[in-house]
Amino acid sequence: MPDLGPHAVFIWAAYAVTFIAVAGLVFFIVQDDRRQRQILADLERQGIRRRSAKSADKPSQAKPRARKLKP
Amino acid sequence: MWSLANPTRFLGIADHVIPWLAVLTFLLLGIGLCLSFFVAPPDYQQGETVKIMFVHVPAAWLAMFGYTLIALASIGSLIWRHPLADVAAKTAAPIGATFAFIALVTGSLWGKPMWGTYWVWDARLTSMLVLFLLYLGLIALWQSIEEPGRAGRAAAILAIVGFINVPIIKFSVDWWNTLHQPASIFRVGGPTIDPSLLTPLFVMAAGFTLLFALLHLIAMRAEILRRRVHALRQVHVERAAAA
Repeated sequence: MPDLGPHAVFIWAAYAVTFIAVAGLVFFIVQDDRRQRQILADLERQGIRRRSAKSADKPSQAKPRARKLKP
Repeated sequence: MWSLANPTRFLGIADHVIPWLAVLTFLLLGIGLCLSFFVAPPDYQQGETVKIMFVHVPAAWLAMFGYTLIALASIGSLIWRHPLADVAAKTAAPIGATFAFIALVTGSLWGKPMWGTYWVWDARLTSMLVLFLLYLGLIALWQSIEEPGRAGRAAAILAIVGFINVPIIKFSVDWWNTLHQPASIFRVGGPTIDPSLLTPLFVMAAGFTLLFALLHLIAMRAEILRRRVHALRQVHVERAAAA
């Protein structure tokens, strides 16, 4: 551990505050991300899905696009 | 660039980028901390307290960068009404507020041994406090209006008006007499800090910048998913009511 001189308490306090604030922010953001994924997965299990997600899962039911015939 | 503006495509790219960005951020911050504590020499005037600079300065830069990002995204949100611009602005606010908080507290802890006081109501410190309060105002505004579109428009106006504070913070040390030292890194004539202190500072600044980007990407992904959940629930309720 380096010797931080007579003002070591201020230096350690600055780094501790930074660490706690960043750790809190990371926890808050990651938890929120996980919660939203969980809620969306629960809704999908109940059959409540976005229209684009439904058509992606069932390509055979999607209406085929008309294509131009090559001459 | 515009391909990123599609929320679904953005989610796909974010899922790939986030793990790599997390590893890079962790590495850079680890190297930065090692340089700060074991390589950087004490300053000839400030002694070891100069180590506070390695967290204080990057935090202050990112607090200002975060607000600039919010102001730019707000312009995009107001002009093009693009939902991703609104998402970017909303999710940058708590991250910017945290960095502003870190800058204020670490600055205060640096000020006590160097100036003899934790706080003075001078231009640099006060304008930084105003930035922190602006962040809190934006977060409160987004929380108080339920409909994202209305909340986004109100917050965008506040963000753009409040942007006037960012150049005030930057130039406050030149325009007024303050206890805070003048610009010593980004200035005409080059930095006045020795490279032995400048290197750890830049490595920490790069690490903090990647941390900001990483957290912003995760927060944006969560916000997009929240809006999808909100929309799905609305559709479900409407269908149930119609049936």
